[in-house]
Amino acid sequence: MTHTLSVTVENKPGVLTRVTTLFRRRGYNIESLAVGETENPGISRMTIVVEGDDRIIEQVTKQLYKLVEVIKIVDITGERAVERELVLIKVKADANVRADIVQIVDIFRARIVDIGRNSLIIEATGDSGKIDAIEDSLKPFGIIELVRTGKVAMVRGGAK
Amino acid sequence: MKLRGAEILLQCLQREGVDTIFGYPGGAVLPIYDALYNSNIRHILVRHEQGAVHAADAYARVTGKVGVCLSTSGPGATNLVTGIATANMDSIPIVCLTGQVGSSLIGRDAFQEADITGITLPITKHNYLLEKTEDIEQVIREAFYIARTNRPGPVVIDLPKDIMERVIDWTPADQEVNIRGYRVMKGFNYGQVITAVELIQNARKPVIYAGGGVIASNASEELRKLAESQKIPVTTTLMGMGSFPAAHYLSLGMLGMHGTRYANYAIGECDLLIAAGVRFDDRVTGKIETFAPHAKVIHIDIDAAEIGKNVAVDIPIVGDVGDVLQAINSRLAPLEENQRQEWLATIERWKDEYPLRYGTSAEGRIMPQHIIEKIYELTQGEAIITTEVGQNQMWAAQYYKFKHPRTFITSGGLGTMGFGLPAAVGAKIARPDMTVIDIAGDGSIQMNIQELGTAVQYKLPIIICILNNQYLGMVRQWQSLFYGGRYSHTDISVQPDFVKLAEAYGAVGIRVKDVQEVENALKTALQVTDRPVIIDFWVDREANVYPMVPPGGSLDNMLGGDC
Repeated sequence: MTHTLSVTVENKPGVLTRVTTLFRRRGYNIESLAVGETENPGISRMTIVVEGDDRIIEQVTKQLYKLVEVIKIVDITGERAVERELVLIKVKADANVRADIVQIVDIFRARIVDIGRNSLIIEATGDSGKIDAIEDSLKPFGIIELVRTGKVAMVRGGAK
Repeated sequence: MKLRGAEILLQCLQREGVDTIFGYPGGAVLPIYDALYNSNIRHILVRHEQGAVHAADAYARVTGKVGVCLSTSGPGATNLVTGIATANMDSIPIVCLTGQVGSSLIGRDAFQEADITGITLPITKHNYLLEKTEDIEQVIREAFYIARTNRPGPVVIDLPKDIMERVIDWTPADQEVNIRGYRVMKGFNYGQVITAVELIQNARKPVIYAGGGVIASNASEELRKLAESQKIPVTTTLMGMGSFPAAHYLSLGMLGMHGTRYANYAIGECDLLIAAGVRFDDRVTGKIETFAPHAKVIHIDIDAAEIGKNVAVDIPIVGDVGDVLQAINSRLAPLEENQRQEWLATIERWKDEYPLRYGTSAEGRIMPQHIIEKIYELTQGEAIITTEVGQNQMWAAQYYKFKHPRTFITSGGLGTMGFGLPAAVGAKIARPDMTVIDIAGDGSIQMNIQELGTAVQYKLPIIICILNNQYLGMVRQWQSLFYGGRYSHTDISVQPDFVKLAEAYGAVGIRVKDVQEVENALKTALQVTDRPVIIDFWVDREANVYPMVPPGGSLDNMLGGDC
């Protein structure tokens, strides 16, 4: 099962290496990883999506806590949380399919952010399911290039 | 006060209680060595950086304090790597100070530059690259705090040369260590302790399985109280040797691959396993599915990540082993008369039927086990024993009856050949009042033989007993048992004359080929007070360590030792 861990860490050089080295060494698999500063510039937040059963996730969490620069780990898998990912998709688009592509973009409430002679770049945000869906819908036109940020997430409601 | 970085460093070390550093100079640490020139800190000059880190490690194991070593940048630092990994696997508190090229040169492949913080990332508890002279005090305080608290471990501090040279105005701030992501473990789950107490009181066939954590937390007294008050037999891991007296009537000796038959049988039969400061290592458990198959398991450890890592446990208790055992002891009601009689009788029967034993040499040579027995006889468990790795290490664990914690100094987890001699140096520096004996093999001893020079320089009367079978004995044993006797590259009969070698270094060399001379040679060596002694014992070439659980096998399925 896939789990989403929201991990706050010290914003120090090398902290990303410490975390990823741990995953590699212990043989855990990272599906996606997004890192950025938080409201406190001394602290960064990593959103790590990791595949594994409960026992593996428990080990991952305990091993992560042993890293001196890891401050807090929350498994938000079962929580009510807002989860978002951003994707940029460069898709083949000559004149006779553009209208179809624009329609898909509208349906997903995505945006066209660049227009080339034979291609478009489309930006979409949403949960991972939506991103997968737009990717699938655009595939028949020919995807030239695609980049996803990895998931970021925040628990809904009160203080966390 | 205007001070150079290097001077601040030494003052901060002294404020942490450091009085001894094991090290080796070089270009990048010249400022630190210059400051050491008129410092009160004692510096032990080793002959290879690996010797420094093993000596610091042994110093820590023997004293319980943080051991400190110092090397230059690049190759000096990389030479520490094996020793850092050794300390990491055995949870030993050391701080390794490494020189680094000047800050402006980092990342430019400068002369003797190595990314030691990157290299040691997976084998340290934590590491630091010092960024400015002003940070020295805080980093040193944090490093020692992290090294010695919770589950101890090695910490590396990389010290760029310019930061050590720079002069700043400094007075100690003496601030409390406060690290957001690191809290010292206090207390434990009392509810779990109550459940554990109930289980202990209702168990018919309990066994205590004690490891290095008991020694790290200085919990031997509490362990003994628990064992004696409840009449629970105790088996120890290699790392737990000395946590419970081996000659005690409740001692089962070591368990696992080369454990005693009675310890392994007891694990197979027990209905309650009290695992204290252990990590269910593969060399201990054998086939994990059949380890303690009938037992409820209580697992006490300071490291939450150890709980459930290798086996599922019934009662996990995360906390300091000593504190938890004390809490358990204080709640236990006295044992009912005869409550454990049947179980203890079974164990006595196993001990009678399957004692540790060995045969005689077909070649008429000395049996290595006999030498360990003699060493025990002459020192009565009052010596510090260091070992190399392999057969010598296992025989030492089996036949020397350790009496006290912190007297068996061995590389348990990593299994580092070449550990024993530098460890003996560190142990003797830490405890000059105690006899220190390195039980070595002829293979391992050649891996850090240069440290004989250190022992001679500091007039350390350590005794190196080489169990010389002219083989890499443990590998040969596996080749004999599992690879059809094809002794691929394990015959090392081309080797130096160890007596001449000792003499060349200025040490004493003795060769013993006759079993009648074993005792005299040891007695002679014990008389020497001002230099190391090598005794080159020519032992049976094909003696094996028994009993043995074949790798991946169940503990009750042992080879040998049943004759």
